[in-house]
Amino acid sequence: MEKRVTFQGWLLPLCLVLPQILVSAVFFFYPAFQAVWQSLFIPDPFGLSSRFVGLGNFEFLLTDSYYRTSFFTTAIFSTLVTVVSMVPALFLAVLADRLIKGAGVYRTMLIWPYAVAPAVAGVLWLFMFNTRVGVVSWYLGQLGYDWNHVLNEGEAMGLVVVASSWGRISYNFLFFFAALQAVPKSVIEAAAIDGARFWRRFFTIVLPLLSPTTFFLLVVNIVYAFFETFGVIHTITSGGPQQATTILVYKVFSDGFVGQDLGSSAAQSVILLVVVGTLTVLQFKFVEKRVHY
Amino acid sequence: MAGSPTNITRNGPAPGMVTKSGGRLWLTHVLMIFGLLIIFFPIWLAFIASTVTQADIVSPPMPLLPGGFFFENYKRALFSGVNVPVLTMLLNSLVMAVGIATGKIVISLLSAFAIVYFKFPGRRTFFWMIFITLMLPVEVRIVPTYEVVAGFGLLNSYSGLIFPLIASATATFLFRQFFMTIPDELAEAARVDGARPMRFFFDIILPMSRTNIAALFVILFIYGWNQYLWPLLITTDPDMNTIVMGIKQMFPSGDDTADWPVIMATSILAMIPPVVVVISMQKLFIRGLVDSEK
Repeated sequence: MEKRVTFQGWLLPLCLVLPQILVSAVFFFYPAFQAVWQSLFIPDPFGLSSRFVGLGNFEFLLTDSYYRTSFFTTAIFSTLVTVVSMVPALFLAVLADRLIKGAGVYRTMLIWPYAVAPAVAGVLWLFMFNTRVGVVSWYLGQLGYDWNHVLNEGEAMGLVVVASSWGRISYNFLFFFAALQAVPKSVIEAAAIDGARFWRRFFTIVLPLLSPTTFFLLVVNIVYAFFETFGVIHTITSGGPQQATTILVYKVFSDGFVGQDLGSSAAQSVILLVVVGTLTVLQFKFVEKRVHY
Repeated sequence: MAGSPTNITRNGPAPGMVTKSGGRLWLTHVLMIFGLLIIFFPIWLAFIASTVTQADIVSPPMPLLPGGFFFENYKRALFSGVNVPVLTMLLNSLVMAVGIATGKIVISLLSAFAIVYFKFPGRRTFFWMIFITLMLPVEVRIVPTYEVVAGFGLLNSYSGLIFPLIASATATFLFRQFFMTIPDELAEAARVDGARPMRFFFDIILPMSRTNIAALFVILFIYGWNQYLWPLLITTDPDMNTIVMGIKQMFPSGDDTADWPVIMATSILAMIPPVVVVISMQKLFIRGLVDSEK
């Protein structure tokens, strides 16, 4: 797409793009290049020199059982976050769509958790399930269930999944609700005249019409689970117990900043770069098809 | 996105076949309220905890209705805090969020204007350079970015908090899309009148972009306010902590009991600004959300 009418000159436009180019070059391209470069070296323990190892860091990662476990953990975590944040959101959106009055009020209330930072959400959920003072864990104890996410890996995973999905329900709700509002009423009425009941109409007509939104949200939520949930994990479990909640981004952080294993951390960054690049391409391919300007 | 999410009654109540009977509608409200209660429970609990004493909390179960220590707890949090007064952290967060939103909008407006309204050498290259930075989050390149910022001596500074998070192209891309929809006749007329490009930018483009700028500001403000990993890495001095990352620092490292009333008061304080922005500018927020994800 090009503008027919443009202005003359080249100095002014160069000055106009300069700030963005500078910021991107210094804080984006150079660090990204550095990540690739560092991933080819192993620094000595004192940080005085480093040894070129080619793809050695990658080779090591792919055979490292901790890294493979982390990959697996990330896959489970992001799948669960995507499902747990999308299904209730769709359910609430369907409810809100059925209402003629009051939907706006419910929507206003539902947006709220979106504004709560993942790290703050982590603190709120940690408080509810705290092994010593948590209200929910206390009541679970009364029911005879001994909740301890500090020791139990499954409970730790469950807690970070729920805490990460919580604010995301708002986000998904807004998109589902907008999509539902856009479903032509005439199509639904036609089906109703043919005798299709609500749930049948929902699964055969509404859900397929929502598929572009659903696909879009799938990609966006996976990206969210991969990268933006760091705050939740850091506040609730710090990757534990026994690395049960160490997702890839958390491992980049803990290997790079806590473990000071810069070569490995950089190699992990590069792998993540490839993952997020793939997801971006996927999303754009899809957006190209979907959006008609 | 198809359709306008801001317009709820657009299709109106469908008469006849698809309208809902009264009983069912009642059930829908009940389910909806039930869902809302579950979603709001964590926030409610945090609020309660911020109004009671430590003794009320450490002997579970804690009360589920507000206590009488609201002012005391918030005063303690705001003016003394744990490591640093929460007021300081709030100020840091405000500077960071406003800095990121403003900075990103300014550089994006300028570069999008250049890319759309000029044909200059290297224009395509610039466009693709900017485009590549889309969506690649700071989390992926933290170690080298940290080294760059440290090299500039920007650790524990507002610049260090702000600049690395401005380096992404979502806003540029968005403004480019918007400028493309502005009729060519306007630029034509400006050129015929002999208006200089920057004059056209300030008199025509900027006023026309007002809504887009506001919508983007809301989204970017929340993005900046809610940052966690980056402030965690580069603010080692408690005086530079932002509130969202500072909460975790308030937990004792050993086996001591956390000061829950103050921590929960801080959590509430940390969520108030973004919540107020989102709720009060709901229409702009939804527009910004939908636009920026397009």
